[in-house]
Amino acid sequence: MKTENQKAWFFVLPVLLLVAFNALIPMMTVVNYSVQETFGDNVFFWQGLDWFQQILRSDRFHAALGRQFMFTFLILIIEIPLGIAIALSMPRKGFWVPVCLVLMALPMLIPWNVVGAMWNIFTLPDIGLLGYFLNHTLGINYDMTQDPVAAWITIVTMDVWHWTSLVVLLSYAGLVSIPDAYYQAAKIDGASNWAVFRFIQLPKMKTVLTIAILLRFMDSFNIYTEPFVLTGGGPGNSTTLLSIDLVKIALGQFDLGPAAAMSLIYFAITLLVSWLFYTVMTKDDQN
Amino acid sequence: MALELRNVTKRVGAQLHIKETSLVLEPGHFNVLLGATGSGKTSLIKMMAGLDPIASGQVLMDGQDVTALSTQKRNISLVHQFFINYPHMTVYENIASPLKVAGMAKSEIEGRVEEAADILQLRPMLHRRPHELSGGQQQRTALARAIAKESRAVFLDEPLANLDYKLREELRDQLPELFAGRGAVVVYATSEPEEALLLGGKTALMQDGRVTQFGTTADIYRNPDNVAAARVFSDPPINTAPIVKQGTTARLGNNVSWSLTGAAADLADGPYTIAIRPYHVLPVATPLTTVQLSGQVQVTELSGSESSAHFDMGLDSDHGSWVSLSAGVHPYEVGEHHDFYMDPSAAYVFAPDGSRVA
Repeated sequence: MKTENQKAWFFVLPVLLLVAFNALIPMMTVVNYSVQETFGDNVFFWQGLDWFQQILRSDRFHAALGRQFMFTFLILIIEIPLGIAIALSMPRKGFWVPVCLVLMALPMLIPWNVVGAMWNIFTLPDIGLLGYFLNHTLGINYDMTQDPVAAWITIVTMDVWHWTSLVVLLSYAGLVSIPDAYYQAAKIDGASNWAVFRFIQLPKMKTVLTIAILLRFMDSFNIYTEPFVLTGGGPGNSTTLLSIDLVKIALGQFDLGPAAAMSLIYFAITLLVSWLFYTVMTKDDQN
Repeated sequence: MALELRNVTKRVGAQLHIKETSLVLEPGHFNVLLGATGSGKTSLIKMMAGLDPIASGQVLMDGQDVTALSTQKRNISLVHQFFINYPHMTVYENIASPLKVAGMAKSEIEGRVEEAADILQLRPMLHRRPHELSGGQQQRTALARAIAKESRAVFLDEPLANLDYKLREELRDQLPELFAGRGAVVVYATSEPEEALLLGGKTALMQDGRVTQFGTTADIYRNPDNVAAARVFSDPPINTAPIVKQGTTARLGNNVSWSLTGAAADLADGPYTIAIRPYHVLPVATPLTTVQLSGQVQVTELSGSESSAHFDMGLDSDHGSWVSLSAGVHPYEVGEHHDFYMDPSAAYVFAPDGSRVA
């Protein structure tokens, strides 16, 4: 006879408390702000869904959202294939394996604001190594503080430099888990390198690639520190991504209501797109 | 179509992994590579398949040198001990994969796959994935792929080792007829002497990276060339002991002696090694088993309707204990001293260098 009691709830309690204090309660505060107007002194006026409507209809939000999607799209389309390609060309055994792994891990170990500062200095036209080389040695007019295209190239290159390693390491982990026997079987079947990639390596990497794509999507969609340090959203508003715009509204203009509404919309979009990605990529496994 | 190895060797680092080996393997029967784990069977197969580099020598197919030809172009099949199928493909796609790669027409692929599936009773499973199959079905899928491909050479590397007893017997019975009349050279690696005998054909005995003897399976079993070959091709292990020949008398230790007949009687006097199969050593004297031996029973086994006893006659570690294998259930007690009787006419005699002399 089993004893039935409610003891199990006590074991869940620590997690509940942790999640409540670091996620749910702060989020409820945001929800609270998003439906009210305040001028300080703890005086609030009920606004209903006004802020949400205002944000959703604002051109500024549409533009920032567009830039955000553009940025995420660009880095995904570069980092995923590049990461796979690098993982494929890395040695599977021998002396160079640890060397490659450490080199790959290095960019990820650097603090985010340092990455931004590094690339800022690196690309400055007069003193930066790359900036000077491009402008003065090659004669290409390259100044990310003036030219939106240069700013975009820099910001995307920086993210590729910083995060392709993550895709490489995850893909590599998937690759080394393939037993030699599969490669032999493919050779014996007469398969070309492309067929080996398409029918052996890619299916084996699928799970880790799903994780890589999701992580890179979420991270890049929420990116703040590096572009803030690098371009500060400029020149003009050309690299003002969603998070940068959000901070401008919340802290620059102190519009807490609209900023809170925008946070919730931002969160909802991230969640929705992540869910879409996940559903599409794992569809095969469920059949 | 014949597959020929000419003086091939394989090197791993500074070590010679496969010592100079020459073999001519022909279609129409099974070519068994028999040897213990680590004797070089898989290495030799990989060399023939082009998967492992050859340090020196040549591999020929149909008289044509294929040493430098890549595996992809050799038109061969390999079935592993582990069930290797592409996990994300259905059974149908798995069997069809080499044909698809070869660019065959869809209708022809369908015909070939269905034929192979029928032979291996895989029809109902054609649209399942490998992980939804039992071990036996997975291995039959791998075999079906080899059959559908109609390759020039089929390598079966201990294909039954990971199957349970019943499946193994079932599939082993089917194997020879599966490949009969297909014109492919079939190479079958195994560590079990019994399997080699059941499959028939020809056998190459392997030990320490070399082929010690090659010929018709039954022939090799009856006439081992050397001690190593006799040891490899016996299960339970063959009994060996040092003897000294003087005139027509053979002496084993201090207490056992018998008179030699036939070719053994004509040998020069001196030390020799004899080897005798366990079923020529019985717990009772018969008109054939005339030489009495005595030893302490160490291990006894009953398997089916056969009794075996390992007994220690005080031989050194090169020869170890002897095994007696007899029909019927024989009551031994571990630790007791028991008399056994061997048939001296069934003993092989080897010179000190290991070569067979009688």
